[in-house]
Amino acid sequence: MEVVLNINGKDLALQIEPGDILINTLRNNGYFGPKRACDTGDCGACTILLDGMPVNSCLIFTASAVGKKIETVESLGTVTNPHPLQKKFVEEGAVQCGYCIPGMLMSAKALLDKNNNPTEDEVKAALSGHLCRCTGYVKQIKAVISAAEELRGDK
Amino acid sequence: MTSQYKVVNQSVKKVDGLALACGKPVFTSDVNIPGMLCVKILTSSKAHARIKNIDVSKAEALEGVKCVLCYKNVPRVPRTTAGQGYPEPSPYDSFMFDNKVRFVGDRVAAVAALNEEIVDKALDLIEVEYEELEAVLDPKKAMDKNAPIIHDEEDCHVIIPIPYDPKKNMCATVSAIVGDTNKAIAESDYQFEVTTHAPKAQHCATEPHVSIAYLDDMERIVIKTSTQVPYHVRRIVANTLQVPIKKVRVIKPRVGGAFGSKQEMCFEDIVAMVAMRTGLPCKLEYTREEVFVSSRIRHEQYVTIKAGLNKDGTITAFDMYVLSNTGAYGSHGLTVMCNCGSKVLPLYPCNNLKFEGHAVYTNAPVAGAYRGYGATQSAFTMEIVIDQMAEKLGVDPLEFRKTHHIREGQGSEIFKALGEGKEGVEQTIKSCGLPECLRIGSEEIGWKDKWNKTKDNGPIKRGVGMAALMQGSSVPEIDMASASLKMNEDGSFNLLAGATDLGTGSDTVLAQIAAESLGISEEDIIVYSSDTDLTPFDVGAYASSTTYLSGMAVKNAAEEVKKQIVQVVSEMLNEKDAEYSFEEGYVKSSTGKKLTMSDVAMRALYQENQFQIGAIGSAISHSSPPPFSAHFVEVEVDTETGKVTVLKYVATVDCGTAINPKLAEGQTEGAVLNGISYAMTENYILNDAGKMLNPNFKYYKTLKTNDIKEIKAILIPTYEPTGPYGAKSVSEISINGAMPAISNAIYNATGVRLTDAPFTPDRVLAALKALK
Repeated sequence: MEVVLNINGKDLALQIEPGDILINTLRNNGYFGPKRACDTGDCGACTILLDGMPVNSCLIFTASAVGKKIETVESLGTVTNPHPLQKKFVEEGAVQCGYCIPGMLMSAKALLDKNNNPTEDEVKAALSGHLCRCTGYVKQIKAVISAAEELRGDK
Repeated sequence: MTSQYKVVNQSVKKVDGLALACGKPVFTSDVNIPGMLCVKILTSSKAHARIKNIDVSKAEALEGVKCVLCYKNVPRVPRTTAGQGYPEPSPYDSFMFDNKVRFVGDRVAAVAALNEEIVDKALDLIEVEYEELEAVLDPKKAMDKNAPIIHDEEDCHVIIPIPYDPKKNMCATVSAIVGDTNKAIAESDYQFEVTTHAPKAQHCATEPHVSIAYLDDMERIVIKTSTQVPYHVRRIVANTLQVPIKKVRVIKPRVGGAFGSKQEMCFEDIVAMVAMRTGLPCKLEYTREEVFVSSRIRHEQYVTIKAGLNKDGTITAFDMYVLSNTGAYGSHGLTVMCNCGSKVLPLYPCNNLKFEGHAVYTNAPVAGAYRGYGATQSAFTMEIVIDQMAEKLGVDPLEFRKTHHIREGQGSEIFKALGEGKEGVEQTIKSCGLPECLRIGSEEIGWKDKWNKTKDNGPIKRGVGMAALMQGSSVPEIDMASASLKMNEDGSFNLLAGATDLGTGSDTVLAQIAAESLGISEEDIIVYSSDTDLTPFDVGAYASSTTYLSGMAVKNAAEEVKKQIVQVVSEMLNEKDAEYSFEEGYVKSSTGKKLTMSDVAMRALYQENQFQIGAIGSAISHSSPPPFSAHFVEVEVDTETGKVTVLKYVATVDCGTAINPKLAEGQTEGAVLNGISYAMTENYILNDAGKMLNPNFKYYKTLKTNDIKEIKAILIPTYEPTGPYGAKSVSEISINGAMPAISNAIYNATGVRLTDAPFTPDRVLAALKALK
């Protein structure tokens, strides 16, 4: 079946099968930000935003994303012009292997879009669906709070 | 404190950080080659069985199937999958495919086809006729007289002279004796005996194991793979396929975490064989369940320490015995066990030491390297014994450790007695920041106010516990690393490192070391790791070696490059006897003149007496200087539910000079959390038939943000004279503390001693009931 997906602000016409899963559709079409790690929705590495809500793209049928706004990490920033979250994650040393980071950044973005001055507990809650095995989450929590400061213009 | 250095000891940004944070396609699984075949492995549903027959004809006949591999159509070459230096101290006991399966999850066949759907259909069409054999899962029963023999094939063997008796399921045995422990313990005022059980565990790197392979224009096999050990993978694959090493190229892109699980040739032989047979590109990517079941896990170990102590506080003897479950294959079986002794026994010097161990085959999933590498399991036991000794003398365990730990200038007989498959290497401690680690860590946790101060009589009890730790930095007199530096026109350098950044930040650390030596910014170092065609040899990322050993190789390369630059500069300035320094991107002469690095490069490349300024530096390690660490934890125990909450965890670490303090803290925080997770929740459950019951993140619980309270990593600077700019290792040590420190804290809170991890509520509750 042919569908149109809105990915990072652009409409993309695609031929899909009814059973196709969103993470595969995204990755097969050049959006490598969402990472495959568990396929059961338990690690958050494939997190994207669907109409602003963080979801595990490994649990979503592609067809069900039709008519919704899909945002992947590719929409955030670039190496030369990073989003404050990306910048702070690197500055704070929150990125180690980096495999879980694109997903975590999307959950962080969803949080900051709603709440530009989160407490540590609010950040923990927002990131609680993400498994990072390299870090102790200390620097990621700090990076989100620091990015919030920058977005508010405090720093 | 201001640093004497410009680039090292600074928390510069990770060189690949932004690419990773922008989700760039930098991982193996992000590589998509048109026409790439999908490869999957058919795994055994039996824990122990002979394959009487396998019929793959229906699978081969299915449209879209390009290749089916099984024991009938591949060479039978015994090898080890362990990524270790050659000759490996692990037995050659595995094959690409065999007519026997030895654990649930073992390889039976592999299918390559146009897409996943066809592969799945083809796997279903393979007919396997098993003759089921009795299985043994319990390491304590593996060496029983009537135990089934797991490796009954005649061609399994060891390639160095080490004890190996597969007919008794004995994968490795080790013995090192200093003095007379039996006599010393018997004559001591107090005797101790503690046995702990450290269970199986999976590394849970977020990126599952993944490899792709294709033939290049000259029909050489190119393997892109998520590995810690590209050079070892190349050697093992070439041997398994029986092709010359020059026919194989291994490329390591970014790696999504490894922790030892990728110090292994997990399935690169299969993709290479598919590429060779079909001429087509192919990819094999484990599912999370396959990672849990078929990749590698931590060696389950029972560790017993007997010890003696006199009333005057003298420790008279330690006698350590390790029973290690290596699973169906002996990957890292001997060396993980040796590390139990060599990384733990030297911490508290005494005159009588004994270390013995058996690594046994069972029909459990295959154990391998895992961060900590045996020290995690045996530090659990040792640090409980130390607490018991302090208690027996009626002294604070903090004070007891302060007076008994190894000091600068001291050695240990065990360093020499216990190596990795051969005798060890004698060494004395040249840097030890443990006194500061103990002092600062205990202050941070509030030890004086909290230890043994449980006040309230309510159901919630609080307590604190601690552990002191050491590890090593590289495998001495075995490991080698090298790196090359090449100068470009603008004064930048390409640093080609065989060292394997697997997410640790080693590319950044190596760039910092090169930049410091050359007096330039780390942004002028372009790092590339690793590719067996391009980057010079390095044993790979393991044994806490990269910063220490590969860092030294980079420094050596930079020193050689500086000599070449000085030669050019002295020609340019027409100065013979001047001294030169490298600062802020300039080469400065003692006469006051200075040139930019670019001036030098342009002259050398284009103008006069041209040559490429560049060098390869190598380093071998002659010692393995231990980093030291002290861990402190405060817990809350709910005596009604058995739930233990880790309220605060402090890890102080002496890693010498931290080349990048933020990355070193990150290593420490990550290792601590992994350690807490292993101690508290991770439970690798096998049923009686050897099948893992919880191969997913839902039921194999690793900790997330909402599970943690406070983790604090504090670096304690020292200077290790044998390391680059005073550096030692940092990556492994801090995974070793949580089990003993939390066990000690639970004891401090409740009087209950837990020696079997994880400390789940049911176990804590059972222990509390047993106490009453």
